Amino acid sequence: MSLTAALHLQLGDLHLDLELTVGAGEVVALLGPNGAGKTTVLRALAGLQPIESGRITIGDRVVDEPSTGSFEVPERRPVGVVFQDYLLFPHLTVRENVAFGLRSRGVGKAEARATADTWLARVGVAELAGSKPRAVSGGQAQRTALARALATEPELLLLDEPLAALDAGTRTTVRRDLHRYLSEFGGATVIVTHDALDAIALADRVVILESGHVTQAGTIEEVTTRPRSAYVADLLGVNLLRGTARGTTVELAPGPGRVIVADPVVGPVLLLIHPHAVGLHRNRPEGSARNQWEGQITGFDMLGDRVRVRLAGDVSLVAEVTPAAVAEMGLVEGESVWATVKATEVAAYAD
Amino acid sequence: MTSGRRRPPILVVAVALLAVAFFALPLLGLLQKASWSTLGDDLTTPAARDALRLSLVCSLSATALSVLFGLPLAWVLARVQFPGKPLVRGLVLLPLVLPPVVGGVALLAAFSNQGLVNNWLDALFGFRVQLTFTTAGAILAETFVALPFFVITVEAALRSMDRRYEDVASTLGAGRWTAFRRVTLPMILPSVVAGAVLAWARALGEFGATVTFAGNVIGRTQTLPLAVYLQLESNPDVAIALSLVLLGISLVLIVSLRDRWLQRS
Repeated sequence: MSLTAALHLQLGDLHLDLELTVGAGEVVALLGPNGAGKTTVLRALAGLQPIESGRITIGDRVVDEPSTGSFEVPERRPVGVVFQDYLLFPHLTVRENVAFGLRSRGVGKAEARATADTWLARVGVAELAGSKPRAVSGGQAQRTALARALATEPELLLLDEPLAALDAGTRTTVRRDLHRYLSEFGGATVIVTHDALDAIALADRVVILESGHVTQAGTIEEVTTRPRSAYVADLLGVNLLRGTARGTTVELAPGPGRVIVADPVVGPVLLLIHPHAVGLHRNRPEGSARNQWEGQITGFDMLGDRVRVRLAGDVSLVAEVTPAAVAEMGLVEGESVWATVKATEVAAYAD
Repeated sequence: MTSGRRRPPILVVAVALLAVAFFALPLLGLLQKASWSTLGDDLTTPAARDALRLSLVCSLSATALSVLFGLPLAWVLARVQFPGKPLVRGLVLLPLVLPPVVGGVALLAAFSNQGLVNNWLDALFGFRVQLTFTTAGAILAETFVALPFFVITVEAALRSMDRRYEDVASTLGAGRWTAFRRVTLPMILPSVVAGAVLAWARALGEFGATVTFAGNVIGRTQTLPLAVYLQLESNPDVAIALSLVLLGISLVLIVSLRDRWLQRS
């Protein structure tokens, strides 16, 4: 009931190269920007896209291994897929959609319909059994698609952007329920998403995929406290700098900036600075902060009740301040300001 | 903003009206020429009844053959990559633009008693199949001109269909045949019906290839269009009555296609 995969394949400009292990009952999120190859990974696991080398094992069955010539077609794999946009068959009722997998596997009509109804009740859309997909809402379609994928009792469940098609209101409820269904599911689950919140809410572990390669993998806590790529830093909304440390001084690469940290470190490091730890000043400050950099304002973003100010200079970063502070200091795009960060607010870890 | 409220140019509208009249006048003429009081008698003359029955049999058979052969052909053209595919597609679509009489001559060269196929059959198995001057020959000629209509309609539907639905079916355990039968076919059904209706209409109106290949044998190959053409000299009332039948069928088809299938796509 687990998944072990090493996938290598070339598809157009995408060179996919990753290893992935998911235990029974475990939920792993594959997080990455558009075009990173996330969906291709799902298609390879489902058998819709053969790999060029490597091996995919589901439970104790090798389903794809080019070196030995073994390949199981999708219809013979113990895999359930919730596709992006859900793709309910438009000509079948909700119940027939869920019964489809059982019917294809030779289950009798009456039994398949009864099982479908059980699954529909379990995901909370029993009353829609006789409806056509065009008459159901996005959230209901998502639940139906999940019931359809689970009804065949797969060992591996794949979800491709399971919440992307929903509006913000529905999303929260569906996300919460999905988390419950996934925790009840005994097999391995892989979720593809580009939404960090989905990954945090649904997954036990996160694998970051960028341009076909894994740039970071670990628990949610590891990834959020020690991001390793600009992509993850952007998702989390934090500043990530890269440089070489000698003692408490870090020379940024590319330069020419310099950052002072609290505890001595050596060698290549990553520096994490939360935007709310960055202070802004019109003139060179007199205070005790050991990091002071001059930078030019390149833009503003609203985030809740805070304003994120983007600065470009020797050390480019984002500061988060209140709208009142922006008004008080009269901050304008293109102007120079001073940014300060206490050495104790800079988290340094080996690159 | 104002352009929406401006009147269309008067000259353009006048020419457009002329074109509409060009379509409407022949129909009007046909309706005016018809001797409505004897219509029932005209349509029940032996020649007319034979032609009506034969046309129905031939056109429906040609439609059935078009679906039977056209569905796999459309699928291969839409889904299988092979060298020379544009050439094959061109060959299949050729009857759409080929003058039907040329099609008839070509059919003679291939399927007549001394044609290509019968010479092979004779050499290999020692028998020949009589197609010319038979109802089977008329069906063959009608299928030749009708099949392309079915193939292009269904191929277009297969191409524009979201193939991810077939992926869904296969991850749910459906083999290729089950996926085709339970997902692909129901999803393209409107186009299959539209293609069959178009093919039937074309087969029903077929004249050139039929008369050239199958000849004009009353009760065997003389379909409605052939009967109309021949009765025009000897018995114009019957010719006009049969024309009205064909016109009525065409009108029903165009209205049903418009409301049911063409608007949706």
